[in-house]
Amino acid sequence: MTKADTLPIHTEEDIVRVRQMTRSLAQQSGLNLVDQTKIVTAASELARNTLVYGGGGHVILERLQDAGRAGLRLTFEDQGPGIADIELALRDGYTSGKGLGLGLSGAKRLSNEFHIDSRVGEGTTVSIIKWKS
Amino acid sequence: MERIPILKQGDLLLVSVQVDMHDQLALNLQDDLTQRIVRDNARGVLIDISALDMVDSFIGRVLDNIATMSRILDAETVVVGIQPAVAITLVELGITLPNIRTALNIESGIALLRRLLPTPDGDADDQS
Repeated sequence: MTKADTLPIHTEEDIVRVRQMTRSLAQQSGLNLVDQTKIVTAASELARNTLVYGGGGHVILERLQDAGRAGLRLTFEDQGPGIADIELALRDGYTSGKGLGLGLSGAKRLSNEFHIDSRVGEGTTVSIIKWKS
Repeated sequence: MERIPILKQGDLLLVSVQVDMHDQLALNLQDDLTQRIVRDNARGVLIDISALDMVDSFIGRVLDNIATMSRILDAETVVVGIQPAVAITLVELGITLPNIRTALNIESGIALLRRLLPTPDGDADDQS
C-alpha cells in the first residue's frame, strides 16, 4: 500500500520544501534519525540536480509497505537535456556544472536502492528508496 | 533580501544558523561574513549549526568556502554543533570539510578561537 505526494521543484525554496516533506515522511515511516538524515540529504542533492541540470521538475514521495517492511521512495522527474553518459555522471567528483560532483553518487550511497533512467533530449528520472532498518 | 544575522563580540563574529537554508541564503551568509570580517576587523568567526538537521554538499561547500575566505582575510573560522547524524551523513556523502575547524559546542568553539588568535600585544593567548 502506498500513498503518494507530489512536490514541484522550480525554485531553491522548493528544495527546502522537498527536504522538509522528506523529513516528515521519513519520521512517519519509522526511520531512525541517521537514516532520516541520510534520505533528507539525498533528497536535497537530487532536488538540486532536478532544478539546476534538469531545468526544474517534480518529486513523487511515497511511503512503502512491502512484506512488513516500511520505507520511503522518492522519484525525481525532469524534462531536461538528459544525461548522455550515466556511468560518468555517477562517478565521484564528476560534474558538468559548478558543484562538487557528489550529488548523484552521494545520493546513491545514502540510499538503499537507486535507479536512474535518462534519455538525451527527453529528461531524467531518478528514484531512491530508504528502508526502515 | 532574507539574511542570517551576524553578531559582533569583541574581535569575533558569531552566527547561529536557525533556519533550513536555501542555497541563496547560504551564499548571502558567505558574502556577508567576508565583508563583515574586513569592516569589523574581526579575527575569528564562530558558526553554530546545531539547529541544522541536514548539511548537503552545497551547504558543506559554502561552510568550507567561508573558512578558506576568512583565512585569506586573516581570520579563523570554527564551526560548532554539528549533529552526529549530520557528521555520519557528510562522510558517507563524501564531504570531509578539509578547511574547517570544528568544536562540539559554542563554549569550546570560543575557547578554540581564543587559543588560535594572538592577543593584542602579539603573544598567543594560551590561557584558555
